[in-house]
Amino acid sequence: MTMQAPLRPGTTATGSIRSVDADRNAGGRSAGRRGGVANWPVTIVLVVCALSVLVPLYVTVTMAFKTTSQAVDGNAFSLPAPFSVDGFVQAWQLTDFPRAFGVSVLVAAITVAGTILLASFTAYAIARNWDRRLFRWSFFYLLAAMFLPFPVLALSQVKLTGLAHLDNPIGVAILHVMFQLSFSVLLFTAFLRSIPAELEESARIDGASTGQVFWRLVFPLLAPMSATVGIFAFLASWNDFVMPSLITSDPALQTLPVLQQMFQTQFSNNYNVSFASYLMAMAPAIIVYLVTQRWVMAGVTQGAIK
Amino acid sequence: MATTTTESVTTAGRRRRGGAAPRLQAGTAGTRRKGRRLDPLFLAFLLPTLVLFTLAITLPAVMGIVLSFTNSVGFGEFRFTGLTNYVAVFSDPAILQAYLFTIGFSLVTVIVVNAVAFLLAIALTSKVRGKIALRAVFVLPMVISGIVIAYVFSFLFANSLPALASAIGFAPLEQSILANPDLAWIAIVVVTAWQAIPSTLLIYIAGVLSIPGEVYEAAALDGASSWRQLISITAPLTAGYILINLVIGFKNFLNSYDIIVGLTDGGPGTSTTSVAMSIFKGFNGGDYAYQMANATIFFVIAVVIAVIQLRATRGKAAL
Repeated sequence: MTMQAPLRPGTTATGSIRSVDADRNAGGRSAGRRGGVANWPVTIVLVVCALSVLVPLYVTVTMAFKTTSQAVDGNAFSLPAPFSVDGFVQAWQLTDFPRAFGVSVLVAAITVAGTILLASFTAYAIARNWDRRLFRWSFFYLLAAMFLPFPVLALSQVKLTGLAHLDNPIGVAILHVMFQLSFSVLLFTAFLRSIPAELEESARIDGASTGQVFWRLVFPLLAPMSATVGIFAFLASWNDFVMPSLITSDPALQTLPVLQQMFQTQFSNNYNVSFASYLMAMAPAIIVYLVTQRWVMAGVTQGAIK
Repeated sequence: MATTTTESVTTAGRRRRGGAAPRLQAGTAGTRRKGRRLDPLFLAFLLPTLVLFTLAITLPAVMGIVLSFTNSVGFGEFRFTGLTNYVAVFSDPAILQAYLFTIGFSLVTVIVVNAVAFLLAIALTSKVRGKIALRAVFVLPMVISGIVIAYVFSFLFANSLPALASAIGFAPLEQSILANPDLAWIAIVVVTAWQAIPSTLLIYIAGVLSIPGEVYEAAALDGASSWRQLISITAPLTAGYILINLVIGFKNFLNSYDIIVGLTDGGPGTSTTSVAMSIFKGFNGGDYAYQMANATIFFVIAVVIAVIQLRATRGKAAL
């Protein structure tokens, strides 16, 4: 029974990928669910709404595969007439894609790992010591940053990262983690409060130390929330424009979104090249999303049910 | 990974030794609430975060606020000049316009985003076909960089929309709305909402799904209409989620930068210059201390609005 406790959360975390829909059926609004009649009017409205998401992406893809001469004719909705990858070839060279991609991956990876670990450590310490002033106040201290506008900090951060020799992608990643903390600690803390204390107490009765309770029981239990926190951290980091553009001093170490600026100034009429480059900047995030979306949804859903 | 294995071994070892240690632990667990000793590990979990956070966030914030009372240009020597910068900021029409634009834009956007996301969440949790695919599509904008999608939309607003408008003979849209000082803000609201709806939607879906189905069954038995269920059950029971979405959304929109840079770059003229843009433009212009005063005022406004928002929503949740 007691050995079972640390194992169970692990299985739910992996099992949750398939159980998204089971969850929804069990925990969701059940009015009419067993009736089996689909609500077609709402479905049709939703499909029309979905077009507003898909059309800009459709335009991005078709423009990217056009030739320069077809791209400038102004018809965004036409299909590429001669199908061309020239745009991609040129965009690849102009942005030095492999290097920019590497920098973006590095920044995002540090941000995700750093955010999940630091935020879960902090949230666990806070949630289990809420009766102590230091921890309670730390929570509000971290949370207060959610109201701190980035522009207030920007130039001082530029100066400080310069002094600390962190005016590079590593410095950007550290700042990304710091900006993710408030939201992530909030999510983890709310989640931790909903975990019954008996679970941890029974592990402690078996002689587990705080560290063991955290790594073997709490951290696995947090897995769905970690997935959510991790995905949000990845997206914020991968897509950020303002921080790398201000912090990173060496243009050769710039991330993908920042590099897209060149198509507004230097190559503004080569629409096929610029859209190919936009597509290459978007694609990794879209692929990660398509692979992980069920974890995100399961994480958010389970976080709410717990 | 390695630590987990060692830990499991020691746990097993301790368990085999039996008796004394577990009983001691049980005693500690029993008196948990009163005078419990603080495990140093909790401090080790908390303090690195506090130190890093203070260095990366609090220190720059304090530096910025202190320097706003000086004549610093961002480097080198400076001296304190009192409230000079603040007086100048308050009489600067460009900055006042940036505040009006930013707050108005944020209000409109937070309403649009939350209304659409809430309705979408309800629709997506009801009995519709292709639920999984639809949800996947609606969440998609969240994963796309703001600056990149703004570039895509700026092409659509500048080229495709006018072409479409003249094809159907709709005169007001035949010119790019990005070039119209009175309409450019609409484009910014559209793209900002396009990108902000997914995360708001996900939180609302979680909120709607957290309501037990029995509540609706009971309401249906009592003859409550779907509208009545929405107002009396879904909205109040998701009040916590609404609060989170409003606060996070409004705070994000106040800081709007990427999408505006990508769409209008603050123009035409300065009609869509946000506060964040005016502050960053000041950095390049060398009037660092002046823009720090602007930033400090911006911070105070953000806090005041957040407090008002929290109070307002809390009042509604209590009703």
